[in-house]
Amino acid sequence: MLSSTAKRVPPMPDPNDPPAIEMTGMNKWYGNFHVLKDINLTVLRGEKLVICGPSGSGKSTMIRCINRLEEHQQGQIVVDGVELTNDLNKIDVIRRDIGMVFQHFNLFPHLTILENLTLAPIWVRRMRREQAEQTAMYYLERVKIPDQAHKYPGQLSGGQQQRVAIARALCMSPKIMLFDEPTSALDPEMVKEVLDAMVALAEDGMTMLCVTHEMGFARQVADRIVFMDKSEIIEMNTPAEFFSHPRHQRSKLFLAQILN
Amino acid sequence: MKALSLPLPAEPMPGQIRFGALRRSARLLFGTPLNAVLTLLFGVLLVATVPPMLRWLVIDAVLFDPSPRACRVATGACWSFIYAKSGQLLFGIYPLDERWRPAIVCMLILALLAWSVRPASWAPRLAALWVAALVLIFWLMAGGFGLTEVPTSSWGGLPVTLILTVVAIGVAFPVGILLALARRSTMPAIRIGAVVLIESVRGLPLLSILFVASIMMPLFLPEALLPDKFVRALVALTIFAAAYLAEVIRGGLQAIPNGQYEAAAALGLPFWRTQYLVILPQAIRVAIPALANTIIVMIKNTSLVLVVGLFDLISSGKAVLADPDWPSPAAETFLFIGAIFFALSFSFARFADFLERRGPTAH
Ligand SMILES: Nc1ncnc2c1ncn2[C@@H]1O[C@H](COP(=O)(O)OP(=O)(O)O)[C@@H](O)[C@H]1O
Ligand SMILES: [Mg+2]
Repeated sequence: MLSSTAKRVPPMPDPNDPPAIEMTGMNKWYGNFHVLKDINLTVLRGEKLVICGPSGSGKSTMIRCINRLEEHQQGQIVVDGVELTNDLNKIDVIRRDIGMVFQHFNLFPHLTILENLTLAPIWVRRMRREQAEQTAMYYLERVKIPDQAHKYPGQLSGGQQQRVAIARALCMSPKIMLFDEPTSALDPEMVKEVLDAMVALAEDGMTMLCVTHEMGFARQVADRIVFMDKSEIIEMNTPAEFFSHPRHQRSKLFLAQILN
Repeated sequence: MKALSLPLPAEPMPGQIRFGALRRSARLLFGTPLNAVLTLLFGVLLVATVPPMLRWLVIDAVLFDPSPRACRVATGACWSFIYAKSGQLLFGIYPLDERWRPAIVCMLILALLAWSVRPASWAPRLAALWVAALVLIFWLMAGGFGLTEVPTSSWGGLPVTLILTVVAIGVAFPVGILLALARRSTMPAIRIGAVVLIESVRGLPLLSILFVASIMMPLFLPEALLPDKFVRALVALTIFAAAYLAEVIRGGLQAIPNGQYEAAAALGLPFWRTQYLVILPQAIRVAIPALANTIIVMIKNTSLVLVVGLFDLISSGKAVLADPDWPSPAAETFLFIGAIFFALSFSFARFADFLERRGPTAH
């Protein structure tokens, strides 16, 4: 359960498993603007990556390519053994297995919390309503807001909404979770409750890619830190190495700015 | 919250309250010179108009006397004419012996409308119920299968108005949604098709569309392929309503932030389910006031079919007035017809108001 604060040893990623995500020679342009340059990144099952870098460096664009909210133009992205192409059916199948949490929550304001959580399981996974509601309540308990189930998103605080968004993604039993700056739209006092939910998810062995500047979180859960700048991956390393011995001038500069 | 320690004012006596209210309204009515002048003017206007109006409407009016002679001598309204002619007013030139059929149709439509506004009855089966009811309605009106056949040229009055309104708006609403989505499509052929249709319909007066449907279509189409005049007018009204509703719905769609589409996509919801479950409920809610406005205009637009020779309520009003035995009480007749249109439009406005208040309030 999420509520356990005892530190558990996360299951070690097995390098013999096929990777969860494999990006090779991936390039993307917005018109003439080269927004992702030759991205090569392999994420193993159960691995937790924290992606950081200055604003505008292409972090969001990169993780949004993984569930094809953005389309890449060159290179390969293979998710769970399936290559991302223009085949719409394949994209919807891949999206079911990838959960995403957005900076601005993007809950459905016309539906109650419970309906937000059961919508996709019922209409995409064809789950029976009772079962979907049971699953939804289970995840609401895990993010510690079961008492809000019948409210509307507009009645919840930012931190609560973001935890609902996490629960909504989990209700689809995803194999991979993507987080795009999940705490940067929150008031400071609400950051911790969302990070706690993410830490607990990490302890359960979820494969996670988190764009975040929460370096405490990165130290605690990340297996690797990916540093991006100006459309490229500049450096990739364990948190210990990255924080104590950043190899590149730009990483040093970034760390100095963010840890000051 | 901190408790306030202000002394409570002493409880006023009932008499004081009344006096206070009197003083307040006096200040409101005569407080400034402008207010005083306006109050006086308005008072004069009321005194000048209300008594004669009452005299005409009730005091000097013929209320029950069923003979035309009473109306000839009376100086007030001739309400007995409305009773005497109610059958023809409501059902037009529909054969006398068969009037029970349009009567049932009207009651059926009104009952179904009343049933449909309850949130509890909103389910896919409601649409099925309406389709079944429309089949029944068409059979009752047109006849065949055991009933005497009545051609649409003999239909008239309230059932025509109700059928035109309900079917035109009922079909135009989903068509309007599709047109609005098509106009925002990324596929150029679909988008251009929607733009051409919407803009050409919006660029033409409804009258000219009705004329095209009823007078020009017979010139192009062979007799065998030509739909009935009633159906042609119905299609014209539907297309007209759909184009306007499409633009209103498109306005609602534009209010939906991109994050809603992204969240639905990230959950694996395909296009149509995203529209149906996530986007349209929000877009339509945003657009309710404008939608209600368009629909109320359409309720009254149905009366324009009289120019192509269909007999709606207003045309049957004109027809009953032609009776030489009576003194042709036009004001009474059109007040009565106006009251029916008002009841329909006002009920719809209340329904829209109820929908707007329902559900989560904006945050
Ligand atoms: N839809 C778009 N069209 C054109 N340029 C875009 C679009 N989305 C993002 N960009 C640009 O791409 C760059 C990378 O954006 P993004 O991936 O959001 O950066 P980050 O998440 O690292 O802040 C930015 O310079 C941004 O302005
Ligand atoms: Mg970003």
